[in-house]
Amino acid sequence: MNVKVLCLLVLFPIAALAQGFAGLGTDADGFAVPQPEPEFNFPADHGPHPDYRIEWWYLTANLQAADGTAYGLQWTLFRSALAPGEGEGWTSPQVWFAHAAVTTPSHHFATERFARGGIGLAGVEHAPFRAWIDEWALEGPDFDTLSLRAQGADFAYDMNLQAQGPLVFHGQRGFSVKSAEGQASYYYSQPFYQIAGTLMLPDGPVDVSGSAWLDREWSSQPLSDTQSGWDWFSLSFEDGNKLMGFQLRQRDGSTYSASTWIGPDGTTTAYPDGAFVADPLTQSRVVGRDVPTTWRVQLADRGVDVEVDAVNPNAWMPLSIPYWEGPVTMSGSHEGVGYLEMTGYE
Amino acid sequence: MKTKAQILHLSGVEKSFDGADGPVPILRGVDLSLAAGETLALTGESGSGKSTLLHIAGGLEMADAGAVHVAGHDLTGMSDTQRAAVRCTEVAVVFQQFNLIPSLTVADNISFQARLAGRVDGEFVADLARKLGLTEQMRKYPEALSGGQQQRVAIARAIAARPKVLLADEPTGNLDESTAADVLGQLLALVAETGAGLMLVTHSPAIAARMDRQLHLSKGRVA
Amino acid sequence: MQLFAFLTGLALATALWSGVQAINAEARASYDAAAATLGEGQFDQIAPRVGDTIAQADYLSLRRQGWLVSPIIEGDLGGVRLLGFDPLSSPAGFGVGQVAGTGDLGAFLNPGQLFANAETAAQLVVSVPVVIDPTIAPGIAVGDIGVVQRLLGRSDISRLLVQSDQPMQRPELSDVAPHLRLQAAGQTADMGELTDSFHLNLTAFGLLSFAVGLFIVYSTIGLAFEQRRGMVRTLRALGVPLSRLISLMVAEVLLLAFVGASIGIVLGYAIAALLLPDVAMTLRGLYGAEVAGTLQFRFSWWGSGLAIAVIGAVAAAGIRLLQIARMPLLASARPRAWAMTSVRAQRVQAICAGILLGGACVLALAGQGLTAGFALLGCFLVGAALLLPLLVRPVLTLAERVAKGPVARWFWADTRQQLPGLSLALMALLLAISANIGVATMVSSFRLTFVAFLDQRLAPELYVEAADEAQAYAIEDGMMAQGVTVLPLLTVETEVADLPARLFGVRVGPTYRENWKFLDAVPDAWDQVNAGQAAVTNEQLARRANLWVGDDIDIAPGLSLPIAAIVADYGNPRGQVVVSEALFRDLHPDVTPRQFGLRTDDPVAARHVLTSDLGVDDGAITDQAALKAFSLQVFERTFTVTAALNVLTMAVAGFAMLMSLLTLADLRVPQLAPVWALGLTRRRIGRLELLRAVVFAVVVCLFALPVGLGLAWVLLAIINVEAFGWRLPMFLFPLDYARLGLYAMLAAVAAAVWPAVRLMRTPPSALLKVFAHER
Repeated sequence: MNVKVLCLLVLFPIAALAQGFAGLGTDADGFAVPQPEPEFNFPADHGPHPDYRIEWWYLTANLQAADGTAYGLQWTLFRSALAPGEGEGWTSPQVWFAHAAVTTPSHHFATERFARGGIGLAGVEHAPFRAWIDEWALEGPDFDTLSLRAQGADFAYDMNLQAQGPLVFHGQRGFSVKSAEGQASYYYSQPFYQIAGTLMLPDGPVDVSGSAWLDREWSSQPLSDTQSGWDWFSLSFEDGNKLMGFQLRQRDGSTYSASTWIGPDGTTTAYPDGAFVADPLTQSRVVGRDVPTTWRVQLADRGVDVEVDAVNPNAWMPLSIPYWEGPVTMSGSHEGVGYLEMTGYE
Repeated sequence: MKTKAQILHLSGVEKSFDGADGPVPILRGVDLSLAAGETLALTGESGSGKSTLLHIAGGLEMADAGAVHVAGHDLTGMSDTQRAAVRCTEVAVVFQQFNLIPSLTVADNISFQARLAGRVDGEFVADLARKLGLTEQMRKYPEALSGGQQQRVAIARAIAARPKVLLADEPTGNLDESTAADVLGQLLALVAETGAGLMLVTHSPAIAARMDRQLHLSKGRVA
Repeated sequence: MQLFAFLTGLALATALWSGVQAINAEARASYDAAAATLGEGQFDQIAPRVGDTIAQADYLSLRRQGWLVSPIIEGDLGGVRLLGFDPLSSPAGFGVGQVAGTGDLGAFLNPGQLFANAETAAQLVVSVPVVIDPTIAPGIAVGDIGVVQRLLGRSDISRLLVQSDQPMQRPELSDVAPHLRLQAAGQTADMGELTDSFHLNLTAFGLLSFAVGLFIVYSTIGLAFEQRRGMVRTLRALGVPLSRLISLMVAEVLLLAFVGASIGIVLGYAIAALLLPDVAMTLRGLYGAEVAGTLQFRFSWWGSGLAIAVIGAVAAAGIRLLQIARMPLLASARPRAWAMTSVRAQRVQAICAGILLGGACVLALAGQGLTAGFALLGCFLVGAALLLPLLVRPVLTLAERVAKGPVARWFWADTRQQLPGLSLALMALLLAISANIGVATMVSSFRLTFVAFLDQRLAPELYVEAADEAQAYAIEDGMMAQGVTVLPLLTVETEVADLPARLFGVRVGPTYRENWKFLDAVPDAWDQVNAGQAAVTNEQLARRANLWVGDDIDIAPGLSLPIAAIVADYGNPRGQVVVSEALFRDLHPDVTPRQFGLRTDDPVAARHVLTSDLGVDDGAITDQAALKAFSLQVFERTFTVTAALNVLTMAVAGFAMLMSLLTLADLRVPQLAPVWALGLTRRRIGRLELLRAVVFAVVVCLFALPVGLGLAWVLLAIINVEAFGWRLPMFLFPLDYARLGLYAMLAAVAAAVWPAVRLMRTPPSALLKVFAHER
């Protein structure tokens, strides 16, 4: 077994999370722990928080080409700390890794990168904003105006993003509780990006445009060890409203859910456990495992009752940490597009 | 008998071999004498000790007891080397088979003992070869010869050394009847020419009858 | 007796063969482990065009432009090779053992750990914990790049691994880092290749011994079957089917083969265990290759040893069984004179010898490469061996003609007749003596040359290594103030004429002008070098680049200089180029000399000044005598193994002779009995048998001398050039050869004594049985 994979499995909380939380300790080991009633400080909080165990800059986009074909795009930079704080050069305990993917109705391209902190190979700076690993970058003069680059062996993209609305904060003003026992993270998003650019695919370049959603989240004790995986939805309705909802699957079959209703102006309503309901409708056989790629999603308070369909059920991320992530479309009470991430189906 | 010189005289010769249950006596006190020019047939059953007696007479083996005189030499108490010298100069032996030195040519085989004894005579050897019909074979090696030819070479070698005593142990035993008769005739003729004494071991009454005298051995004694 | 001969023969054969194979297997495993520790061979690599380090900034800039590369740092720490890598960026499939296994990444990165085998771990004095991992190659410790950089006090990178999957778009390497170059996977210097010649050498010895041992088995089986002809005939006459008899005998041979081979493998293990430390030392001294000092019981060698022994024994028995199978039911059971070779067989042998020797000539003239060199060696030796009986026969015939007395004539005739039966043993003896002469010549020639070379090259009385740049300057200034001639060692790894080589900048002075002996040079070579107008290369580089004095050689991009002189260099297998100090400093302004040679009349005083005034650590100063002693020690070790194997080969050849004689002894009785009956004593015949052995030894020795010298010439002028890149002058050592001849004769006599004594003690009755009884 490759050293990398093994180290990741054993050590990286994010890896454990994706793998279904096996053996994950929930104590903070000297890391800072998210506290209720957070006070964010921007633009500094767009940058890294090395005292927390894990952190990510998670961008997904629903795109359309001129011929109407739907595409999806993902770009995520993860930070995972082996110990709190920063160090000089190679001694830095900060480890960075990143995932990039493009989904078409028929294909799914995905790749990943790894880098050590401390020597300048990867990191995030807040002003001007710059998040990078190797030649991949999400950068711009500020958080609202960004360019985005990434590439793998068989695909690449080069996009520009412009925020059309404010940041939105999940849970209690950005304090997002992840289990009944109180595990929590800091969690905010910029769901209002307009995005346009070029996808380089094996058949040639494709000009696309659409909307993008950037999640920022950091924590030190992300999940309870009774939880086996999660299903996360970011949905943009045609009426301009948006819904972020996730459910954490307990090993006993029950779920813990949370969701945020986002108005077109960015006003938010957070819903407690149980308000957001997601039920799998059909399973797809993906790389040897069954993954639910059609869901019934309900948020009764907002009259939402939609069927969520994967644009490409085969949007499996066959990386060191495997999971399912791809664009979806909605029909039913609301029409729209969105992104679905599912972990723990290993 | 007494008129001619005694060239071989054995008296009271005893010999036994080691057997599984102690010594097995082969000769139990044999007396024997041979004069120059005389031919003697030694006959007897298998195991009667006739070959052993011949070996002792030729200095090839030592008697356990008794006296052995060959051409005036008392073999008793002689060293290996001395006995070898007597064997070389005074005695010639023709065995039933494997008489010849395989690495030497017929010519070298014939003259080997004569040279060893220091009395090689080219003409004599050539004459012998002619008489025995070996002239054509002189440059061949023994393995290329027939059994009869090999025995003729052995006889030629024995005669060429001009021994006083010629010992032959079933010299024609491996040959067919007509060849055997030829070879024996040639041997007797040559012995007569040289005047040596011949002692010949045989189990064939016909061959024994051609000798001057016959001696029958039975259970290690002269019968 | 036969059982003993069979088992001993097979055991000896298997012992030497499996011993050598065990050593080879151990060494190869060590190389493989070294290669696998890095796991680098499977990846393309990026290395500097000049020097041996890459700035960390180059790594960053490559990654930032889409080159998926991973850094490796390599350095020496107290005799241990430290190897640092980055577990996060390293490609999949990189790393071995626990480094790839039970990774505790946190502990590995910070505070850091090293992984090494127990032997190496004991050698390490480091501030980080060392994890014992037996799968790590000897002499190597592996850790995180950050940890290794810290331990080595460096901040650079040695080379970069290139991942096999690269992103869609990335610039050319020459656009990102023109000073770096890309090496395709597997092109990096492979220890296996460098040391191949050494292992081939061992294998050749092993094979030789095995052949000799097999011969012993062959003759023993021959004898055993010869003696059983009568029994086989009787049993067949009684109605036992032939197939049953043959399968019984095959089963017996197989069983004995297993027993003999097993004994041999145990002996082989002992031999290998005994020799391995020397082999390890040799390989370390000669090639810098690390080999574990302890032997493992690997299937690869004992399995092959067992298999080859059994196959050999069965093959040897097969020939005999075929004869028995073909034997007519009532054929005479009397033993024929031992395997008289027919004229036709002799002709075939002569033709084979001719073809082999002709092939050797062709290879000598037209052959290229090490393999051709060894093929030449093989053709030459086997051809000469085949020729031996053919040449000895007329000599013996002549001796027989000339001989006077009947006994002398018989002696020579009989000696000649013995020839077919003994020829294999004699060939074995010939090979053993020739190998001894050849190797003795090579080693002694090498030694003379090497000692002269050391005297030439190690002229400075003291060598000092500065801890840092500041101390380097202090040493240079301080020593020059003392009136000591300071010779800085300016050197950098580079590419010359597209070959990896080491470039030296020298301060031309009396030391170089007087001490360096050139193989070939223009008259004012040093003046031209001093003026920056020419360069000196070592022989191996010149030969490899196919250049000689007067040809231009590419020293650096855009700089080409004529070769003013070629210098012999017996210290290493690598290319070297020498230019003037000024030119070197122009080419590589960043290289500061850290090592200096000091010419002084008073080394003790100079040493004192260095340690007390200039603060140089005493361990950083080496005196000439110590260096010479070390170099010589490396050299001596290099040939200990060869010498040991030589002696063993000779012993086996002697044993082969003994076995042949003993085997023949029973068959000799019918040949000797008539001679005895006609008046030779057994004692005399026995003495003649001894004399015969001496005659054979003398004849073989005489023949072995030219063969051995030919062998030495091939080793020095062909194998050496191919293996190391230099040709050695050949010196002759008649005294050594005389001594070897004496040994060979002693071996032959020793081998003949027992059979002769046995013959002397044969009772007359046994001799007389030849004539009386049908056998």
